Amino acid sequence: MSKPKMREAIETGAPDGFQYMHPTMRRNFGLWDYHEDIQPGVMVHVSKYGDKIWTVKAGTQRILDVFTLRALLDIADEYADGYIRFTIRSNIEFYTDKEEKVPALIAALQDKGFAVGGTRNSVASMSHTQGWLHCDIPGTDASGVVKAMMDELYEEFTNWNMPNRVHMTTSCCQINCGGQGDIAINVQHTKPPKIDHSLVGNVCERPSVVARCPVAAIRPAMVDGKPSLEVDEKKCICCGACYPPCPPMQINDHEHTQLAIWIGGNHSNARGKPTFQRLVAAGIPNNPPRWPEATAIVKKILESYKAGARDYERINEWVERIGWPRFFEETGLPFTKYHIDNWRGARSNLNSSTHIRF
Amino acid sequence: MADIKKYPTPMLDVLEDGPWPSFISGIKNLRDNHPDERINNVTNGLLGQLEHSYETKMGYWKGGTVSVFGYGGGIIPRFSEVASKFPESKEFHTLRVQPTPGNYYTTDIMRRLADSWEKWGSGLQTFHGQTGNIMFIGADNASFQPFFDEINDYGWDLGGAGPCVRTAMSCVGSARCEQSCTNEHAAHRHLVNNFTDDVHRPALPYKFKFKVSGCPNDCQNAVERSDFAVIGTWRDHKKINQDEWKAYVEKKGVDYVMDNIVSRCVSKSLSLGPDNSLIADESNCVRSMHCMNVVPKAISPGDDKGVTILCGGKRTLKIGDLMGTVLVPFMKLESAEDYEKIVELAEEIIDFWAENGLEHERTGEMIERIGLVNFLEGIGVDPDPNMISQPRNSSYVRVDGWDEAAEEWFAKKREEKIAV
Repeated sequence: MSKPKMREAIETGAPDGFQYMHPTMRRNFGLWDYHEDIQPGVMVHVSKYGDKIWTVKAGTQRILDVFTLRALLDIADEYADGYIRFTIRSNIEFYTDKEEKVPALIAALQDKGFAVGGTRNSVASMSHTQGWLHCDIPGTDASGVVKAMMDELYEEFTNWNMPNRVHMTTSCCQINCGGQGDIAINVQHTKPPKIDHSLVGNVCERPSVVARCPVAAIRPAMVDGKPSLEVDEKKCICCGACYPPCPPMQINDHEHTQLAIWIGGNHSNARGKPTFQRLVAAGIPNNPPRWPEATAIVKKILESYKAGARDYERINEWVERIGWPRFFEETGLPFTKYHIDNWRGARSNLNSSTHIRF
Repeated sequence: MADIKKYPTPMLDVLEDGPWPSFISGIKNLRDNHPDERINNVTNGLLGQLEHSYETKMGYWKGGTVSVFGYGGGIIPRFSEVASKFPESKEFHTLRVQPTPGNYYTTDIMRRLADSWEKWGSGLQTFHGQTGNIMFIGADNASFQPFFDEINDYGWDLGGAGPCVRTAMSCVGSARCEQSCTNEHAAHRHLVNNFTDDVHRPALPYKFKFKVSGCPNDCQNAVERSDFAVIGTWRDHKKINQDEWKAYVEKKGVDYVMDNIVSRCVSKSLSLGPDNSLIADESNCVRSMHCMNVVPKAISPGDDKGVTILCGGKRTLKIGDLMGTVLVPFMKLESAEDYEKIVELAEEIIDFWAENGLEHERTGEMIERIGLVNFLEGIGVDPDPNMISQPRNSSYVRVDGWDEAAEEWFAKKREEKIAV
């Protein structure tokens, strides 16, 4: 049998964006002067030559079916100018250079069940990973966690209630593909992997698995006469890094895979330098379909932030000003030995001064 | 529509309630109302498996090796571990497709992509994944190649997956942002499209990401999530429209302006004049954006624009989170030579890392292991005080090359002086 003739790929890489850009944006590329925030989810940008472009931002479910996608495209054609983009947090933005179109566009989106908002000092849509829907190593779901939380935070997306913007992320394993966030809800494993020794020798490239461990807790071993790997369970930090290269080292567990909440990750250089998020709560049950325990903690943190922060303070700046002891007081979260860093460079996270608030 | 036996989904059904758009309702809509029986079946299987995950709190996808003809990556293979229970979605691969810089689309091109995807795949997609790709979720072994062939014919190419140069990301940029200090589209495409071979054929120590943000607000998370972060900035004075500024002070009051803008400048470089004008100590402006974020009508970036390049940002695995480190404090990015220069720098870095990085080691981890100075020497970049927060504090350091290093510094300073 002759081999079927395969088509050679055209290796074009990233396509040119200008061909898909609103003509007013193309014409004023690099020539914008300022913008005004008209209402939550709505901005107008004004160019140095007086041209204007209106942006209407809406939250979506991110895992889009073609029906929902087409509904969004129909709205873009009927109520805007047929040009869209997606933000880094999977919000859709509609563009028009005609102010009179804006109210009907907003109404059409709301009518179809899309949330208009997510700009300025709101809780933006959560950036998330694939979870049980598509990931090969997930400890929890992603789209479901986000749906459950955004239902509860809907008013915070569609309003400007917060001191500054709040970016939230979720990650369904400890690799944390969701990234840094003002608030991050991430999987936290609490037990070492369970090893299926009958499979390791055939499935895993053992030296690379040994090398993958951040704390050198894995070593090659013969188990029941078969080449396998063993884990020093006292050293193991239960991170799950061995699981992707070696699926027989199962890290996920219906009970011991839990959630942790981290705050204060901020990638912007606005005011302070970019910051990493910090652990504030762990031991939170992974409780589908609505994860009420995690949502309750997130809401409590947001409530304290809203009450205590000054205008423009992001969560990390608010905590820096009031101090961590006050943060734990305000939120009612327990402070434990697990909050004290013991990773490399840990001492720079300790207080080496007498700066203490009483 | 197929008359199919639907898997029960009591836990997923709960996620149809509430005001936020529901992905479960969307998938069910494909199962129940799509004219193509193939899509009804595959989404039924997917819902069955997802419900099973919700009930048992475990995931059931495993990876494998799948790619289009001529490429080695770009597709995330997924085979079901519970295919005997849910055979309809037993192969459910994701194609990663590179978007345009800034993620711009017309409704026409979006419909064309949707039509192609509906013809071959599950009808589910995401704009975009955390690396920045369009994710077409749910192709089986027979359909990923024809789907790719079809969209590749009208201008769309796969992104990266595995140890390779990954799909790049850039912010909304100059197309709609007054803070933008560079042409994000050009930077994005010059960089990533120079490495298409490294995108499509994974052969590097691990992943390598380019991200472009037009200003220090870094809406693209470049400093924290990319090996090569290009961030727009300016080196002359920022521009202040005093009339607009005074109008703002008039409207908000002096107390508000002092509390929320002047005193919040991180390098304390702002003050208020007796006539309420804004006085800026430009030599101490660190481009921390706050004043122009709050009053964009009155304060803007300067005219002498360019970019800062940082290297080595990444997320947790394996040694913990790392921010990028400044490699180039400022460079112009306007002429063809400038773009050549930035691409050459990226090539130097990738070559050095490909040669010296350990397996599964990101650039940031390599820098941590070998030290910034070895890295700088490897790629031919001179040390610069903008690369550090402060000099070393341990006295245990060999300094027997000090005189030569000092002479290099003075020689460089002399050259800079002559160039001006």
